[in-house]
Amino acid sequence: MRPIFDPFVLPFVLGMTFVLLYCIIGMTRIIFQLPKEDRRKFVRSLITPKTLWKDIKELFNDCLFHVKIWKRKPLLGYMHSSIAFGWFMIIILGHMESVAFSPFKDMQLPLMEKMASNLYLPIFFRFFAIEDASLKAQIYCFLMDFFLLMIISGIVIAVVKKKKPKNVGLKRVTKFGIREDLVRISLWTIFPLRFLAEASIAGITGGSFLTEFIGNKLIFGGSYNETLSLILWWLYSIDLAIFMFVLPFTRYMHIPAEALLILLRNAGLKTTEPRKGYAVAEIYSCPSCGLCIDVCPMSEVKDNYKNTAVYFIRNIRKRKRRRDVKNMTEKCLMCGKCIEVCPLGIESLDIKMAQRAKTYYKIKSDFSYLESCKDTESQSRQDEKSLKTVYFAGCMSHLTPKITRSMKSIFEAAKENYEFIDADGSICCGRPMMLTGKVKEAKTLIAKNTELIKKSGANRLVLSCPICYKVFKEEYQLDGIEILHHTQYINELIETERLNIDRSDKRYAYHDPCELGRAFGVYDEPRNIIDNIGLLTQGKSDKDMSVCCGGSIGSLTITLEERDEITKNSLKDITVNKPDEIVTACPLCLKTFARLSPINVKDIAEIVNENINVS
Amino acid sequence: MMDDIDLELFNKLEALNPDIKTCMACGLCTATCTTGKFTDMSFRKVILMLQRGKDKEAIEKVKSCMMCGKCMMVCSRGINTRNILLSITRIYNER
Repeated sequence: MRPIFDPFVLPFVLGMTFVLLYCIIGMTRIIFQLPKEDRRKFVRSLITPKTLWKDIKELFNDCLFHVKIWKRKPLLGYMHSSIAFGWFMIIILGHMESVAFSPFKDMQLPLMEKMASNLYLPIFFRFFAIEDASLKAQIYCFLMDFFLLMIISGIVIAVVKKKKPKNVGLKRVTKFGIREDLVRISLWTIFPLRFLAEASIAGITGGSFLTEFIGNKLIFGGSYNETLSLILWWLYSIDLAIFMFVLPFTRYMHIPAEALLILLRNAGLKTTEPRKGYAVAEIYSCPSCGLCIDVCPMSEVKDNYKNTAVYFIRNIRKRKRRRDVKNMTEKCLMCGKCIEVCPLGIESLDIKMAQRAKTYYKIKSDFSYLESCKDTESQSRQDEKSLKTVYFAGCMSHLTPKITRSMKSIFEAAKENYEFIDADGSICCGRPMMLTGKVKEAKTLIAKNTELIKKSGANRLVLSCPICYKVFKEEYQLDGIEILHHTQYINELIETERLNIDRSDKRYAYHDPCELGRAFGVYDEPRNIIDNIGLLTQGKSDKDMSVCCGGSIGSLTITLEERDEITKNSLKDITVNKPDEIVTACPLCLKTFARLSPINVKDIAEIVNENINVS
Repeated sequence: MMDDIDLELFNKLEALNPDIKTCMACGLCTATCTTGKFTDMSFRKVILMLQRGKDKEAIEKVKSCMMCGKCMMVCSRGINTRNILLSITRIYNER
């Protein structure tokens, strides 16, 4: 007969209670920090079957199986899911096993004691219960050993990753302080200790291939030493307790936080405040895995890796680091690549934008001069009611007249009934203003442009600049007006055969602008156009992995020297397959590349215009 | 008089954005300015005016800036003009 209680379970029980209380209080705080409307949305999402199903699916895929890491780096995917999924299975099976074979089942215990024993029994089951001879019990034993082995194999990879990140395909990993080291070591030792503790007693209470045959027979020579065994069980319990007491103050907080983040995200919530509500759920969900370090274009300059998303989030979590947070926020290029690789999809750009909106500017902008800006052509437009398309080039395209000229001739070749609405200078779209944090001022510009475009009576708006495209798509209320980037528009012209193109055997490389590709997934249209004109060569990192050109106006403080390093690196990536020309779809990228590129850089409209078949 | 102007704020601006010293007043920024179509905004003039203590006139110009960043892209000395404009709105007072 085994005892029904032993003091070694206490550290674990205390640790578990602490972590549960901490999570419940933290979660309540986050939910109460949400704006009222968001809170309502959240509750509604929990009772809508469709979002609830999505929640469940994502909880399994992301929290347990880590599908996103598997897709990107299979070895890391195995490492993480073997530990997370294995541990989850051990907990679940432990509970099932302790219900099925509870040694206290037939005892007359007071209710309180029964409930208390349920807290620790599933975790330390092998200590308290002697294995049944039945097949069912043996299957349980086998599964428990199997998942324990799986976890230990994952930990081996984790140790290798820590020693030599290159072996798992990473150039750099996040650097940690003492607290994070402590919690990591406590996590790594939990499972070997569990193995040893179970193996030491397996001769009496039973086990399967790992604990009984490998552990007990080989390590302990098949004998049972009560003191040694008890010491191992104590160590196992204390180790669990250390992990749980430190967990809320380390990156492992991502384990409970991710679950909440998935629920909040599926409810359709977004960051409104940089240190409140949704943002807090995101900040605590960051596992500091550092996948964003290698992909951040800023890491090109050696010391700038400290500005990457993982360090930004770590600093915003520490309340004292306000100055660092401000500097990092202003330096970011806002290319969005960190979000693309983030296994949790943490929208760090939204946090940065919310943070920028907090900047205090003593001098306020004044756009009253726009009031007097009259729409000069509205008079003549009244006569021709059939206007369908307006073309808004934007400030940047005016800096590259090659684009506007090409667009004009494409419109004419397609016999489009169009109007070049900002032919003699535009009012800025407002996106650059938003990036500086002046949201209210940006709204003034947006209102003015909206007024001008609506007055034109068109039902289509063609833009040449992805920066404009982003803000038009996200902030403008242009009911009934279809917003197109010129890549989409030209692709449509080609597909509907309104524009005939001559083929050449030139080799083109295409660079995806951040605000067109990653932001809106416009990857196929430009590629389709190039396929019609010549041969498309692959870059080293295309589509969602495309590297920022370095010219981004998202960064406020980055210097020209740093920009140039990014540009050179990006060019190296694009020209890896020796194209004849580089093609892009953003005037800003064009201008930035043209300065340093060894070969010709052109906008997609330009190469289309060069190859129009006039006959 | 040029001699009695208080350049304390300008020196602060210069310390924060040392690249301002390399400006050679070529006027490329003015030529491309989006706001310049509507007002007499000119980055080159803003810098000159601040150097000469004509803060009030300079601030009037800065207020109309739309932050599009074209001046930064064309600057022949690679000056981060956009950040200088932002620094001005933080350092100087509207008086």
